Amino acid sequence: MTLTVRNLGFSYGQTCILDAIDVTFEAGKFTVILGPNGAGKSTLLACLAGLLEPQIGNASLNGADIIRMAPTTRARHIGLLPQGAETHWAIPSEALVALGRIPHMRGAGPSADDREAIKAAMSATATEGFANRPVTRLSGGERARVLLARVLAGELDWILADEPLANLDPGFQLDILALLQRQTEAGKGVVAVLHDLQYAVRFADHILLLHEGSLFAQGSVEDVITPANLAHVYGIDANLFKDEEGTIQLSIKGKVRL
Amino acid sequence: MNTRSLTSFLLLLTLAAFLLSLMAGKVWIWPTSWAADNADGWIFLELRLPRALLGLCIGAVLGLSGAVLQGYLRNPLADPTVLGVSASAALGGVGAIYLGLNLLPFGLFACAMLGAGSSILLLLVISRNGGPIGFILGGMVLSTLAGALTAFVISIAPNPFAASEIINWLMGALTDRLMADVATALPFMALGVALLFSTGRALDALTLGENGARSLGINLVRLQWIIVLGVGLAVGASVAVSGVVGFVGLIIPHLIRAIYGEQPSQILLPSALGGAILTLVADSLLRLLPGPSEVRLGIAMAVLGAPFFLLLLLRYRRGNV
Repeated sequence: MTLTVRNLGFSYGQTCILDAIDVTFEAGKFTVILGPNGAGKSTLLACLAGLLEPQIGNASLNGADIIRMAPTTRARHIGLLPQGAETHWAIPSEALVALGRIPHMRGAGPSADDREAIKAAMSATATEGFANRPVTRLSGGERARVLLARVLAGELDWILADEPLANLDPGFQLDILALLQRQTEAGKGVVAVLHDLQYAVRFADHILLLHEGSLFAQGSVEDVITPANLAHVYGIDANLFKDEEGTIQLSIKGKVRL
Repeated sequence: MNTRSLTSFLLLLTLAAFLLSLMAGKVWIWPTSWAADNADGWIFLELRLPRALLGLCIGAVLGLSGAVLQGYLRNPLADPTVLGVSASAALGGVGAIYLGLNLLPFGLFACAMLGAGSSILLLLVISRNGGPIGFILGGMVLSTLAGALTAFVISIAPNPFAASEIINWLMGALTDRLMADVATALPFMALGVALLFSTGRALDALTLGENGARSLGINLVRLQWIIVLGVGLAVGASVAVSGVVGFVGLIIPHLIRAIYGEQPSQILLPSALGGAILTLVADSLLRLLPGPSEVRLGIAMAVLGAPFFLLLLLRYRRGNV
């Protein structure tokens, strides 16, 4: 179960978005993609999800080029929690979670396996309480959990999440991160685009730092989140320290003075 | 009531509406005289039966097309009339009559279906990324353009008889259609309906937006072509045989959603049944209205549909559609 990106390059017309990206993602690890706005984070995730076709190189799952895989086969292994928490109709939460089973469904209705996976996903995210409530009538935190349950219901090997914390209060953000972390403990690979450096240093096993379309640095938190890297990529003056309890924390002092 | 018994109830209502349409009129024809070898029997076979069958089919086609288009565009205001699909099918048909292609076998049908299908493609091109209102505006542009071109073709019609023939057909009615017309339209409609029914799961997936649907393995390009072909065949054939009967596809999915909930795949069959019921009942009631001549179905549906659309638009502006 390996997800790899080899010499990947992507451009819209003349504009180069990603250039020569090489990464091997590990199952059972929480990989966080960091980088300023426009660094190419979402594009990289979309290439991994098989939504965009890179012009150069490829993204592959167990050696098979993701963009060439049959969409249903791909969807049984790789799931995406898209940006923006889009939901268009007022369907019940449970029906929304059931959408995650679409790649597995053969006949007209859900099988026993499907029902079990839906139940497990809703219980893992503590969303059974509003199974029958329309998604449009959920709070932001509830909806984020239901949308994540939709991904979990797919029983995937890889979960890709594009800014899963956007517009959530800190408590709900921690809920989502804890849920994603629990997936890695179960042996799944999680790749998430995050904006919040504080959360990245707390939860990531592996960090990719993108800068202007290139992979500026990758590795463990201590390797990547260095004052020099943060100053160069984000233009901020920050450093890592361990608090009294031994948890890695990040302190951001301000913009770098030139 | 659960979904299954609700649908059984709708099926019964559809059957009742069909029977009503077979019987109702200036002359009531009871089932006892359906097989009779007299005037009543002939009226039944030659007039009522094709009319009721047409009402059933075009109502179902329009209700279903509305439900599919609304699900696909994730826009509760979409419908073959609002999006200009019906008007474009009509333009295709009028063009066929003007060029004499309607004298060829399937000429009128082919042109109407071509008009309907290409209008959706055009709409997708001009309204992509335009948001919910973008599609409605794009549809308005298409509808206006198709209307103007239709008027132009009528104005250059070679003789008054041709012009009146075109206008008569355009206004939308189920009257005076032959069993042969029904038999010609039916296979196209059936194929279109089958294609449209196959989209349920993909429409459900689109609840999560385009990226969400694609990540679930849905091929959106294929879905788009199925819908273009399905709506083209179904709506094109229904316009070819009965002119423009509007707004069924707008009104029905809304009523159905209020009962069945909003999951796109769940409202497909009920919307088809609801469309058939509305069309059959409206057509039967028009026959019963006193007066020298009948009000045309197309006109009646427009009178009913336009205020309904306005109501939806007002609700939409307040953000609760």
